[in-house]
Amino acid sequence: MTSLPHTRTPKKKLGLVIDLDTCVGCHACAVNCKEWNAGGFHAPLPDHDPYGGTPDGVWFNRVHSYELESKDLGCRTVNFPRSCLHCDNPACVTVCPTGASYKRADDGIVLINTDICIGCKLCSWACPYGAREFDEDAGVMKKCTLCIDRIYNEALPEEDRVPACVATCPSHARHFGDFNDPESQVSVLVSERGSMDLMEELGYRPVNKYLPPQRARIEINSFETTESTAEGACSPLLKLLDRLLSR
Amino acid sequence: MNTQDIKYSAPIGDEIAYTTCYMCACRCGIKVHLKNGQLRFIEGNRHHPVNRGVLCAKGSAGIMNVLSPARLRAPLKRVGPRGAGEFVEISWDEALQTATSRLAAIRADDPNRLAFYTGRDQSQSLTGHFARMFGTINFASHGGFCSVNMAAAGLYSLGGSFWEFGEPDWDHAKLFLLFGVAEDHDSNPIKIGLAKLKKRQAKIISINPIRTGYSAIADEFVAITPGTDGLFVLALIHCLLKSGSIDTEFLVRYTNAHHLVVNEPGKSTHGLFARDAAGQPMAYDRSACRTVPGHRIGIDPALVGEYILEDGTHVRPAFSILASRYLAPEYSPESVEARCGVAASDIRRIAAEISEIAFNQTVRLETPWIDTAGRRHEYMIGRPVAIHAMRGISAHSNGFHSCRAIHVLQMLLGAVDTPGSWRYKSPYPKPIPGGIAPAKSERNLDGSLTSPVLGFPTGPDDLLVDAAGEPLRLDRAFSWEAPLGIHGLMHMAIAEAYHAAPEKIDTLFLYMANMSWNSAMNPAEVMRMLTEHDGEGNYRIPYVIYADAFFSETVAYADLVLPDTTYLERYDAISLLDRPIGSAHGPADALRVPVLTPDRDVRPFQDVLIDIAGRLRLPQFTDGSGNTLYTSYADYIINHERAPGIGPLAGFRGPDGTAVGKAPPNPEQLRRYIENHGFWQHHLRETESYYKFANKTYLCGAVDMGLIDRADAIVLALYDETLQRFRLAAEGHGVQQPPERLRARLQKFMDPLPIWYKPLEEELNENEFPLHAITQRPMAMYHSWGSQNVWLRQILSENRLYIHRTLAAVHDLVDDDWVALSSPNGRLKCQVRVMDGVNSNTVWTWNSIGKRSGAWTLELDAPEAKRGFLLNHLISEYLQEDATGTKLSNSDPVTGQAAWFDLRVRLEKCTPEESDEIYPTFVPLKSPFKTKHPSILRHFSEREKK
Repeated sequence: MTSLPHTRTPKKKLGLVIDLDTCVGCHACAVNCKEWNAGGFHAPLPDHDPYGGTPDGVWFNRVHSYELESKDLGCRTVNFPRSCLHCDNPACVTVCPTGASYKRADDGIVLINTDICIGCKLCSWACPYGAREFDEDAGVMKKCTLCIDRIYNEALPEEDRVPACVATCPSHARHFGDFNDPESQVSVLVSERGSMDLMEELGYRPVNKYLPPQRARIEINSFETTESTAEGACSPLLKLLDRLLSR
Repeated sequence: MNTQDIKYSAPIGDEIAYTTCYMCACRCGIKVHLKNGQLRFIEGNRHHPVNRGVLCAKGSAGIMNVLSPARLRAPLKRVGPRGAGEFVEISWDEALQTATSRLAAIRADDPNRLAFYTGRDQSQSLTGHFARMFGTINFASHGGFCSVNMAAAGLYSLGGSFWEFGEPDWDHAKLFLLFGVAEDHDSNPIKIGLAKLKKRQAKIISINPIRTGYSAIADEFVAITPGTDGLFVLALIHCLLKSGSIDTEFLVRYTNAHHLVVNEPGKSTHGLFARDAAGQPMAYDRSACRTVPGHRIGIDPALVGEYILEDGTHVRPAFSILASRYLAPEYSPESVEARCGVAASDIRRIAAEISEIAFNQTVRLETPWIDTAGRRHEYMIGRPVAIHAMRGISAHSNGFHSCRAIHVLQMLLGAVDTPGSWRYKSPYPKPIPGGIAPAKSERNLDGSLTSPVLGFPTGPDDLLVDAAGEPLRLDRAFSWEAPLGIHGLMHMAIAEAYHAAPEKIDTLFLYMANMSWNSAMNPAEVMRMLTEHDGEGNYRIPYVIYADAFFSETVAYADLVLPDTTYLERYDAISLLDRPIGSAHGPADALRVPVLTPDRDVRPFQDVLIDIAGRLRLPQFTDGSGNTLYTSYADYIINHERAPGIGPLAGFRGPDGTAVGKAPPNPEQLRRYIENHGFWQHHLRETESYYKFANKTYLCGAVDMGLIDRADAIVLALYDETLQRFRLAAEGHGVQQPPERLRARLQKFMDPLPIWYKPLEEELNENEFPLHAITQRPMAMYHSWGSQNVWLRQILSENRLYIHRTLAAVHDLVDDDWVALSSPNGRLKCQVRVMDGVNSNTVWTWNSIGKRSGAWTLELDAPEAKRGFLLNHLISEYLQEDATGTKLSNSDPVTGQAAWFDLRVRLEKCTPEESDEIYPTFVPLKSPFKTKHPSILRHFSEREKK
């Protein structure tokens, strides 16, 4: 079994904020993630039966859509992007028999060293979020690295040093940052919008946060709305039309 | 502790190229990273005006389209029966000679016997020019089955349109009304914009029978009945009129609301504007108590009342006709609620919210501006109600009028190109209507047509009809059946060629249009028409040339296949003459450049077309001695001038590359675009950013840049006089007369003010076929292209018929049960999925997911062919035969827009014996080349090993 870092408060706590109010479910994050990571840290991300009956590949980010009904929101379709949450208390790490799965002390990223992964899949059984992806071809487990080869990559312009899913998200529903920094965008969003932990009751303390859907409303000050609105000279329209106009 | 060796700072690749995406029609800027000459990563270009660094799923999967096994590899000549997929590869020399000799013979005989139709390309300015120089009137792009209702309604009302040619003022809008499916065009700009609205908590109302895509994040979802949007909007107008919530100042300043309309029923001028001696529409000045020119400033024009001109003619302001029509009880929310499927109380509340935002939460920008009368205004007032609409309105046979209804609503609110409202994207606005009339078969001595093939009719004289009033064009555009068919009717081309064969058409030349499958109404019929003989061994459609990059379903039906490149292997101009990337902030255009060299014997279609034009010695492609003027499309982009100084790209013009818009060609232009990361843009100043239809600074600048010819005010057409001219003809006035069978139809539909009527197909068979059936656009797919893409097909490789829970209960259906859908045109079988977010009388599915077995080189067990299906099989190009034995086109009666979404169906649960496989199915297509798919694709690993 693998231990978690001794420093229970890492210097940085990197992760994502995903805004369910804004996610349109376009899959840009999922495909850009696939594109980046197919040639990145965990390359390749194989695709089985690519042009056949059961195409099935390794993806670190998948988007699901659900219909729901709530008192505040009414009926709504919610798009839910799902990837590793880089938990503070990750069972996928503690269950690992070889130390291949580990949580980094410096930034809290949960990572897999595929050189020592034996492909036993205990971690994928332990993860309640379904975030782990088994590469059957190589016989090892793979997962979201928070684009470790982007966020620290000095060969990239500084503004590009964010995970691929964040950089590409067209509706800006994804945000990356350090949750230990109360001034960071992710911390501010979490406090302003009241974020949710996924399956909080399980105690894995996910780092990634989800912002809940909202509903904008318009308060109407005055509008004569009934069919019986006065006809004839005192109707609102005729009063309006009576006014002097200037072209 | 794990001490893994991680390469943190590995460069992405060793080479970067900036170009323009083409995984859909959005035209985003992309930054392509290459490693060892191979594609490594495609990301959004952060500085590009369209996508500002973001990139969608399709764009992110571009690598897998460029590496698609379905790419065509060499020119093909058919050797077996048409449709059997038996081809031999031939050389480009042979292919081009074959095409040229065929086309040369046609041109010498009757150029109209070439029908040239292009699909979703972005080079319509080139293809249209080719057609004009060739001399055929039978040319169009695919707009007739896509967007023409929106284009025509917009261009004839506002001088600009929805679709990708306008945009909400994302930074100031406080209420956004989104009509119908809009996910497949301008998709990244809209997503970026929605995020801005969300950030400011502006309210988003989605009016759509189906809650997917952008509708999912709307604050309010209005599950409207398909085809009733226009009625819903007219009910909103009814409420706003009742409560006096309209902007009369805007109406008299910028629209023709106050223009006097002749009210002399039966006379040849009835319904037209009363004009003065100078031909100007007149108004009635209430202060001076007399008629005055309608455009005169300082007048106090009447909007209601009846007046009598000096010559005794009765007239009334256009607005008064409008007000009396829409104030009538038939447009009250209570009258329309059942038909629209929207509660009257909701319609009233939405009208109230519109009024609240437009008139109580006005946006005021402290930006001075000067109007076309020369008056300086110290600030800009905006009604921050923004509207966007696309296919959900367009794809109905009442779409033109529904779209006009929305534009009328915008005008009544003063919400056209004002802060917070819908805005024109450059190069719009343009004068109303937008240009000259369509070409008739009048040709210059060199054989070219005297004007562009597609144009803007302003009355019956501009129609392309014979002495009997019947269509001259193959597809019936610009005939009495589709007077404003400004984009042609591509969906009619094959069927009409078949029925007229062989008198009308010799060769059908198609580019990038999957006309035997997902772009066809009734694909099975199209396949039959393409393969049927005339009894003497000749095909009824004698010859088919098809250009495409991929092995699509249509390839098998060609006699000659010209293989195109992928988007990363070609030049393209994203041109102001075509579909540019301008925004409300100013004109912009872009270049697509070859990032890779093709590894197959393929050529960019535009190069091929220019080559053929040269071989045919077409004017403006060759000089007087027959020498070719352009060596390639790149050469054409640099040096072609449509008018003096106006070329495909507007940036970096002139000898030193510093001129913009109108200036001589610059031999270094492409290099300058490449240095500027593939695009050019011009930023409008704040003072010219709004009220562009009447903004003198803007209009003068647009003239200087060559976007428009004159800086006159563009008077918004609340009342559309053009339509009335056709109606008068239908009533018997004038020389140009419609066939008798169409008179009543024209009188009804050519109404100068928006009307609502039941979609034509529904009118014919609503009882027998009680449900609406429509499609939505999956955001990760673009038409049929996505299914060859190994990443995208993992997101969506099969579709279901989505139905409402209550409908499922009626038919005792659960997820994955099999149902049969039937329409007057056919029957299909598919599986269902039950949901809540759909209008209860509507069933729907994703567009273009179903594939013909074998096409795109997918294996025979691919879910796209096994369980994927198309609704197209239930749709026809024609309506049922009428009393006179003629079949009208299944299209909008004003524009000829294909009425895809008019489809009505009946649903039945399949018996267990029938619950086996989809229907219809077709013989699997045979690939014209050998393919061997890997069982596992390990992208990037094999390369590393090399």
